[in-house]
Amino acid sequence: MSRDDNRERWQLQTSRTGGNGLEVAFTGRWCMDQALPFPDRLAAELADGIDRLTFKTDLSSWDSGFLAFISRLLKLCEERKIRVEREGLPEGVRQLLAMAEAAPVQKLAGTGQSDESLLFRMGSAMLAVFRDGPAMLGFLGEIIISFSRLATGKIRMRWGDLWWEVEEAGPRALLIVSVISFLVGLILAYLGADQLRMVGAQIFIADLVAIGMVREVGALMTGVIIAGRTGSAFAAKLGTMQVNEEIDAFRTLGISPIDFLVLPRMVALILMVPLLTLYASFVGILAGLLISTTIFGIGLFEYYNQTVAALDLSHFMVGLVKGTVYGSVVAYSGCLRGMQCGRNATAVGEAATSAVVTGILLITISASVLTVFFYQLGI
Amino acid sequence: MKAKHPLKIQNLTIAYGEKVIQRDLNFTVNTGDIFVIIGGNGSGKSTLMRSLVGLQPPTQGTVLYEGLDFWNVDHAEHERIKRRLGVMFQGGALWSSLTLAENLALPLNQYTDLSPGLVDEIVSLKLALVGLAGYGDFYPAELSGGMKKRASLARAMALDPDILLIDEPSAGLDPLNARHLDNLILELRESLGTTIVLVTHELPSILGICNNSVFLDAETRTMIDSGNPKEAVHSGDPKVRTFLTRGEA
Repeated sequence: MSRDDNRERWQLQTSRTGGNGLEVAFTGRWCMDQALPFPDRLAAELADGIDRLTFKTDLSSWDSGFLAFISRLLKLCEERKIRVEREGLPEGVRQLLAMAEAAPVQKLAGTGQSDESLLFRMGSAMLAVFRDGPAMLGFLGEIIISFSRLATGKIRMRWGDLWWEVEEAGPRALLIVSVISFLVGLILAYLGADQLRMVGAQIFIADLVAIGMVREVGALMTGVIIAGRTGSAFAAKLGTMQVNEEIDAFRTLGISPIDFLVLPRMVALILMVPLLTLYASFVGILAGLLISTTIFGIGLFEYYNQTVAALDLSHFMVGLVKGTVYGSVVAYSGCLRGMQCGRNATAVGEAATSAVVTGILLITISASVLTVFFYQLGI
Repeated sequence: MKAKHPLKIQNLTIAYGEKVIQRDLNFTVNTGDIFVIIGGNGSGKSTLMRSLVGLQPPTQGTVLYEGLDFWNVDHAEHERIKRRLGVMFQGGALWSSLTLAENLALPLNQYTDLSPGLVDEIVSLKLALVGLAGYGDFYPAELSGGMKKRASLARAMALDPDILLIDEPSAGLDPLNARHLDNLILELRESLGTTIVLVTHELPSILGICNNSVFLDAETRTMIDSGNPKEAVHSGDPKVRTFLTRGEA
């Protein structure tokens, strides 16, 4: 704080001394609150047949900026095999330089020093994806074994944990699911109205919205919402437990973290996402009804009758199966990435991001497979 | 010229809502002191430290840095004072997405106009001073606990602070590493003339390197002793004596 009182600027002078010697004289303030010079400006003078360097100092104050200047200058002299006499430097500078020079230097490079080519990095990323495959299958296998242990009564579910996860994944997601589903229903109604008006069949907006929401969009949107909301939360929570060694503590006690941590989360989403899908479909249909009756002049009962006629049980079954599958893959992705998390704060963020990406990717793949599957079955 | 009393605490009370953590604290840190805040678990040492570094406003009283009321000066002055403080957190608090070199360079790039070459040189020097020469490209996750502590100390020293505030420097370190860190703190004080404020439980550190102290009591929620800890071993207060002799006196 007191250093700011003196604003005198740094000064640097060089002069040749007897024979091939060079004396560097420092005066004024050499502190970091000024733009200090870089020692390489002396390189030309040092190259001019100099074999000995001495110092002369009359400093009002100095700090690490001066120390860094001297340190760099010493390195330049070492490169040029110039003998340095440090007597002219302040006592504190000599002490600190001695301390820094006494420390052994680490020879291995850290991972921060990465100069691999783009091609190398792309190749490494691809290899990492292929290596991830067996790990994903292994984790799936562990979950299946855990479910079989639950079914045969070899493990006991902690019901408190399960209900807590159910509440987190279900009722607390209702608001966001309502908003998104309402807006999607609205978009479907407008999209249908525009196209169907051309053939005078606007009443079929009800069919489009009802079948679209119940079979596909309700489950898909719920899956995506849950991937972003709950899947990432699973990864962050399990990742933080990994960082705090809580998962290691389970393992050392012989308790399977899959049984204890993953199973309740899997069960919660398998139970909740189909229910949220039904709810999302209902809200979407309601949005279609609202738009059709108020904007496009379709009668309330007319729309209702058309919706009831369009839907049959198979549509609900398709939507519920999809919802269950999406819930499973989101829970699986969140738990997988959480359990794979590294042991630092950055890794937790990466795990949460990766959980969402993996979840949405798996939802998209399973949506495609299920659509083809149900088409082939004629459902 | 440095002020004789860079830090002065007057009638300080710190609280979380209604819960008073410490009250009526009065002590002075002199230039060049290695000052230790002592106290049992839950006595509010770390909370007091947070108040000294600008993270926890006090309920009452003043924290004076060179006569300036830290919590009541204008924003610009408050920030200027903060830049003259170096803080080492208990867990290291190194930024995990940055390498050690980047951790140290960030405050230098933020607050100085030094050339990139000189910043790199300062970073190398500071790392060498804490025994981490050549570790600039390592991420915090690649270091042991002791190395993280030393790296954190190097970052706290990056801007050559007038006062270095260190929370539990030896916690979690083996005795050899703890002693190495104590020696390092001593050497830095000798070479740079930095005033150091420590929070620690470690008796070897308290009795080995500290020359001034305040003792906080968890029960009465106030300070019960102050002064040179080597003399406090014979304190009139039995709690202080018991603490400093591990109940053996």
